Amino acid sequence: MKSATIQLETLTCPSCMQKIEGALKKLDGIDKDTTKISFNTSKVKLDFDEEKLSIQEIESAISKLGYDVIKSIVK
Amino acid sequence: MQRLILKSKNKIVLISGILIAIAFINKWTTGNVSVFIWSLVIASVLGAAPIAIQAYQALRVKVVSIDVLVTIAVVGAFLIQNFEESAIVTFLFLFGAYLEQRTLNQTRSAIKELTEMAPESALKQMENGEFEEVEVDEVDVGDILLVKTGAKVPVDGIVLTGEGSINEASITGESIPVGKEKGSNVYAGTILDNGTIQIVADRVGEDTTFGKIIELVEEAQDSKSEAERFIDRFSKWYTPAVLVLAFVVWIFSRDVELAITILVLGCPGALVIGVPVSNVAGIGNGARHGVLLKGSEVISDFSRLDTMVFDKTGTLTVGNPSVAEKLYYGKDIEETLGYLASIEKESDHPLAKAVLEEIGETKISPVTDTEVVKGGGIVATVNNRRVAVGNVALMKKENVKLSEEAQEDIASFEKAGNSLVITSVDGELKILMGIRDQIRPGVKEHLHRLKKLGVKNLIMLSGDNQGTVDLVSKELGLTEAHGNMLPEHKSEYVKMLIEEKGQIVAFVGDGVNDSPSLALANIGIAMGGGTDVAIETSDVVLMNSDFSRLPHALGLVKATARNMIQNIFIAVGVVLVLLASLLFSDWMNMSIGMLVHEGSILAVILNGMRLLKYKLK
Repeated sequence: MKSATIQLETLTCPSCMQKIEGALKKLDGIDKDTTKISFNTSKVKLDFDEEKLSIQEIESAISKLGYDVIKSIVK
Repeated sequence: MQRLILKSKNKIVLISGILIAIAFINKWTTGNVSVFIWSLVIASVLGAAPIAIQAYQALRVKVVSIDVLVTIAVVGAFLIQNFEESAIVTFLFLFGAYLEQRTLNQTRSAIKELTEMAPESALKQMENGEFEEVEVDEVDVGDILLVKTGAKVPVDGIVLTGEGSINEASITGESIPVGKEKGSNVYAGTILDNGTIQIVADRVGEDTTFGKIIELVEEAQDSKSEAERFIDRFSKWYTPAVLVLAFVVWIFSRDVELAITILVLGCPGALVIGVPVSNVAGIGNGARHGVLLKGSEVISDFSRLDTMVFDKTGTLTVGNPSVAEKLYYGKDIEETLGYLASIEKESDHPLAKAVLEEIGETKISPVTDTEVVKGGGIVATVNNRRVAVGNVALMKKENVKLSEEAQEDIASFEKAGNSLVITSVDGELKILMGIRDQIRPGVKEHLHRLKKLGVKNLIMLSGDNQGTVDLVSKELGLTEAHGNMLPEHKSEYVKMLIEEKGQIVAFVGDGVNDSPSLALANIGIAMGGGTDVAIETSDVVLMNSDFSRLPHALGLVKATARNMIQNIFIAVGVVLVLLASLLFSDWMNMSIGMLVHEGSILAVILNGMRLLKYKLK
């Protein structure tokens, strides 16, 4: 398991969070319990299984929704 | 394609605005109906595209978002050929979203300023001994780093070589530079004002004090209170409910116009955004003023505070005893001060330190025949003169004559809560010093402001004897004061106030020995220069132990709590008024509904923004 912090462009509507959350939870390899999307900081924090999923796949799932990923840190 | 449309939202707003303007200018001047209609049709299709894409994405992850409601409404308006409505509604919706983004960035600016103070690069010593610039993420514990004048200290560490002075405002709020030399601790995010130092990294990244402060503030702004979680749950069901309602209305009335108007009016925008906006602006204001608030739950409890409990030493008083009053008798005072200093220099009595600090630089003479009188003081020979330093009992034992005037002075010193240090030379009274732990400057005024802000009880708890405690309490005008209390007694007392008296209690302490009370109180307020314990156990941290921040903090949380309530009222009020006017009047339509809806969102954001400028009067 690795944990990622993904900085997004400014989120403006709380329903954006629901959308991103919905899209992420569809991905196989994401730990749903640790997935946290912060509205004000426009950040996504989550743990994922690096054998099933890459950070690029997570990023593209978000950017497909129309939200730009500014940077992500994986530890 | 989808991304392209979403990326060009701003251009679409502009174009569709121009098209709508063309349409109406045409209608009023030339009256050309086909230009009017075609402009509006193009504007509608252009404007609806990004909204429809967002709606589609939301539905794919099973979310009925506002975009879904608006898309259905616009399609409905288009089908009944009301192009005026479909064009204006899409334009207003997109333009509103644009303004929201701009203003929301404003409310978040205060916290952004803080996070931007984080260091980004470091000069790290490589294997060949040279220093090279690297990203701060690449620094590990144990690395040796070079910090030059004007640069930020990249990580927490210890000075290896060199010296300089550092501005630690980002950690302590105190902007007077602090001198650093070999062995001193330095903190990430502070700035080296002058000098050059080499440091060894001790803690890096999120483990540094500054990293912890940032994490705390970032988590605080998105932490949710019970009320907010309720609104979130509510809005999850609210939008689908509006959809169902509109559908039912359409089934029964067969009035498409009415059904789609309900869709637009039902948008919950201002409600879901109102509270987070107040929250982030309030926390941002605090962060700028040295008050760290841990989230909206804290804001709500803190604003309803009944009782504030203070630790005495170090919170209300300075914490180390100092000479508060002194009187000289007779001549040769310079000489006597020298004798006094010479004797006190050899003593490890706590009062001796205060006396030496007061005297400062002076001539030190050799001291012989030192005799410590238990419960009295010291008698010794300096320069062949017999010098006695101690209390009244020692003076009596030494047969020092105390004049009536001197006796009155002694009585008044004692009444003010001083411990006495009397000095006599060859049996003659020379110096009278009164030493006490002094009240921090300005504390009295700040306590008065707290009372004016509505704190009912101000209570002091202290390990000191009741006599001293009563004196301080009287001087400060406190409600209650209790002495002889150990840390566990303090926490029991706090528990009693909460459980038996049902009060909302804040405990203000230094965060080190008072952690149990800080944790037990409804609101734990740590006066700590960003120490780890203080940051972790408390709900509110006052940077730089600055007592003057306390009234600001209370005023701010009250203003923030009020602001949230105002925003909820604006949001709910607007929806109610809109629905009522839809049912009972005939001027309501989709465009006006969207205008009012977007207006209410901007109103709550602008209202929240006022908090950024909040200052206690």
